[in-house]
Amino acid sequence: MERIPILQMGDFLLVTIQVDMHDQLALTLQDDLSERISRTSARGVLIDISALDMVDSFIGRMIGMISGLSRIMDAETVLVGMQPAVAITLVELGMTLPGVSTALNVERGMKLLRERAYSQ
Amino acid sequence: MASLQQTTVNCVKRSEAQLSASWLADLEASGATRNLKAEDIAQQTSDFLRLLTSVLEKGGSLSINAAEWDEVRQFLEKLSHQRALVGQDSQQTANFIFALKGPLFTLLQQEYAGEPALLAEQLWEISQTLDALGMHTIRTFQKSREAVIKRQQEELLELSTPVVKLWDGVLALPMIGTLDSQRTQVVMESLLQRIVDTGSEIAIIDITGVPTVDTLVAQHLLKTVTAIRLMGADCIISGVRPQIAQTIVHLGLDLQGVVTKANLADALALALRRLGLTVAKAAV
Repeated sequence: MERIPILQMGDFLLVTIQVDMHDQLALTLQDDLSERISRTSARGVLIDISALDMVDSFIGRMIGMISGLSRIMDAETVLVGMQPAVAITLVELGMTLPGVSTALNVERGMKLLRERAYSQ
Repeated sequence: MASLQQTTVNCVKRSEAQLSASWLADLEASGATRNLKAEDIAQQTSDFLRLLTSVLEKGGSLSINAAEWDEVRQFLEKLSHQRALVGQDSQQTANFIFALKGPLFTLLQQEYAGEPALLAEQLWEISQTLDALGMHTIRTFQKSREAVIKRQQEELLELSTPVVKLWDGVLALPMIGTLDSQRTQVVMESLLQRIVDTGSEIAIIDITGVPTVDTLVAQHLLKTVTAIRLMGADCIISGVRPQIAQTIVHLGLDLQGVVTKANLADALALALRRLGLTVAKAAV
């Protein structure tokens, strides 16, 4: 079955979405990620969606939920690399993803994640 | 529909020069030739008469949509297009055709002096044809004008959304003019794209040039700010004038934690502070 890989880098988990997200893939990712966070007790999750150029309301909601569940499991989540078209679509759909931290690229996302995770 | 008598056609052809002269005089008297060169008008009137008589001579249909009227129509289209560019109004342009009626009717009156019934019939035919030509002129005139307006709108749209780089990592967008949905879309797209291209962390939207802020404009602004935040950059809104601040408060708009500053300088100072930069006076 198709899966989105979850990479571990020290205390952080790195999720890079390189393919078009379909609904089942998003659900699998949610399961995998929550399982990995609990197994590795990760301090932060970085989700890179720079290759994602199309979203619908379901995927938008899934992104919000993934970051929500990571936060509950005490891992900071940063969403990085959102494309302009995706941002516009989400705003037009009324999904402003409140409470989700964002950064322009992976490097800045990691910096933000380190600041947040180690300042606690 | 009765067609034109051969006598009429011959009569028009015979007195082409005379018609042209009195038509020109009528045009000048009605003021339709202002802003235009006299020799151009003379050329146009004689060209049109030549085209008209050649069509009439063929004796075909009087309906101007027919194929034999192609040349006349094209001539009028070119003419009204020119007039639209020069800045003449629709009345002056239409008068070009309608002013021909006077001299033509006078001519026919002399020709058919003894036959009032025939005269009325011929006048009716000519009048209908000229009206149709006049309407065609107005229609193409309006089309040309609309094309000009559309082009200007597009140019305005492009001109009014420059994204400027204020500092390394700081972009600014001075907004000028009213914000509607279409413009917001263009502005949003170009700003977001520039943020991606330059990797800027802070975007400043300056609304000094936005005349009024109502609920719709505020909503558009909020959308842009949210999209910028989703991309991972920060947004500061600057140039909130006192009247605009009052309007926003009176309308009860909630700018949901958007950072606003009174002017661009304050916004830039804040952006520099966030980037950890300081501006210091050089030691003399």
